Amino acid sequence: MSTVNVDVKLGVNKFRVDESNPHIILVENPDRAQFRKLINACPAGLYREDDGGNIHFDYAGCLECGTCRVLCEGTILEKWEYPQGTFGIEFRFG
Amino acid sequence: MSDEKFDAIIVGAGVAGCVAAYVMAKAGLDVLVIERGDTAGSKNMTGGRLYAHSLESIIPGFAQSAPVERKITKEKISFLTADSAVTLDYQAQRAAEIPAQASWTVLRHGFDSWLMEQAEAVGAQFITGVRVDALIQQNGRVTGVQAGEDVLDASVVVLADGVNSLLGRSIGLVQKSDPHHYAVGVKELISLPAKTIQDRFGVSGDEGAAWLFAGSPSDGLMGGGFLYTNRESISLGLVCGLGGIENARKSVPQMLEDFKQHPAVRPLIEGGTLLEYSAHLVPEGGIAMLPKLTGDGVLIVGDAAGMCLNLGFTVRGMDLAITAASLAAETIIAAKESNDFSYSQLQKYQQKLEQSCVMQDMRHYRKLPALMENPRIFQQYPQLAADIMADLFTIKGAKPTPLWSTLLKRGRQVGLINLVKDCISGGRAL
Repeated sequence: MSTVNVDVKLGVNKFRVDESNPHIILVENPDRAQFRKLINACPAGLYREDDGGNIHFDYAGCLECGTCRVLCEGTILEKWEYPQGTFGIEFRFG
Repeated sequence: MSDEKFDAIIVGAGVAGCVAAYVMAKAGLDVLVIERGDTAGSKNMTGGRLYAHSLESIIPGFAQSAPVERKITKEKISFLTADSAVTLDYQAQRAAEIPAQASWTVLRHGFDSWLMEQAEAVGAQFITGVRVDALIQQNGRVTGVQAGEDVLDASVVVLADGVNSLLGRSIGLVQKSDPHHYAVGVKELISLPAKTIQDRFGVSGDEGAAWLFAGSPSDGLMGGGFLYTNRESISLGLVCGLGGIENARKSVPQMLEDFKQHPAVRPLIEGGTLLEYSAHLVPEGGIAMLPKLTGDGVLIVGDAAGMCLNLGFTVRGMDLAITAASLAAETIIAAKESNDFSYSQLQKYQQKLEQSCVMQDMRHYRKLPALMENPRIFQQYPQLAADIMADLFTIKGAKPTPLWSTLLKRGRQVGLINLVKDCISGGRAL
């Protein structure tokens, strides 16, 4: 089985990232069990753990589905909101 | 922005928001729709298929001018294991001939933009590229919305702000999200020539196929794969319940990748080019997740209200959203006529919903979401179907076994009592 490369898929999409204003913010030192749920669930693969066991999150590439909000609101998400108007993903087909 | 007070402000220009605006503006109401995306539909996605009945009753013959993709004339359902597929194939020509019974594949950017144009043509106003940040409340009543520095007033606010309805949450209409009530859907839109699609799926002209897959796509978790043919593309994706996601053996994007590589799926998309990768939450909790539908000065419709029905063989959301939106609109039109926007007047929305397909169907299928959390449906039964087929179709040159003993042996794999139990609870839920 081939390992998925989500970045290639996201590369096809049209984004306008609000560089100065992240719409999702994690708490400091997020709980690993919670974080792993997001590694499994995030369709954009934005929650990652590298080979050294360090965790990474980047809100650029967010498809604004809300999966992380439903799973981790009140635990490891400090903030979840939609990007400001006109920012974020633009589905050209949907 | 102006000091004008609108009869209604609608948050969100999806199918529900646009239809509510269309119905109210057509009746002469002063309506404003506020959409955070650059255009209607730019934040929206669907699997997806629209059952036409509800929009047909509001805009008869809509499919002749709307940017619909293909009319579904072929229904397929498959049970998948990692390397096998057992498929039911239904040629559904008859319903497709009747506009109110037909269904169409759609892509939301184009479709929602078209709906917005229809609403604008009858006088609705739209502001796009603006996010509504909060609802304005006075003495417990919603009196308008806040977007950045601007405050806009309305007699009624309609929340069509989608499955994450943060605004519904902010005033206590929508309860805190329970992962067991949601599934995540991911989709690739894959470009293929129309001729290739027609040949591969056995459809002609503007006809198309809808195909649902249970089993290996969601790796045994609640969910399944889907495939819809568009004019010159295929919508291929899967849905996976969030309730058990911590037990997933692979990530959701990996599930989609493996689904694409399945021997029953790979030849269907071969040579295609990825046009877009999208995702969306699906409110699958049914009646159990239904919010309070009316508040003082506010109504809630569509995904924001959890209006969705997944029976396994049909998946509905947009048609319910459209019905709910038109009923919300009718309620507000009546309120305007009697110049009474009180809470008790607005509550008539709920009564109308109860008499409509939205609540009647959601009540009828109330037991289904719990049934769908039965892991046997997504693990053992696809395997059972594959094993029985293997027994039937494989010739090994050995002494034959009677069919009944083959079936009994396979049934014991799942447990005969489990089989009976699941048949009964399945029968009751449907």
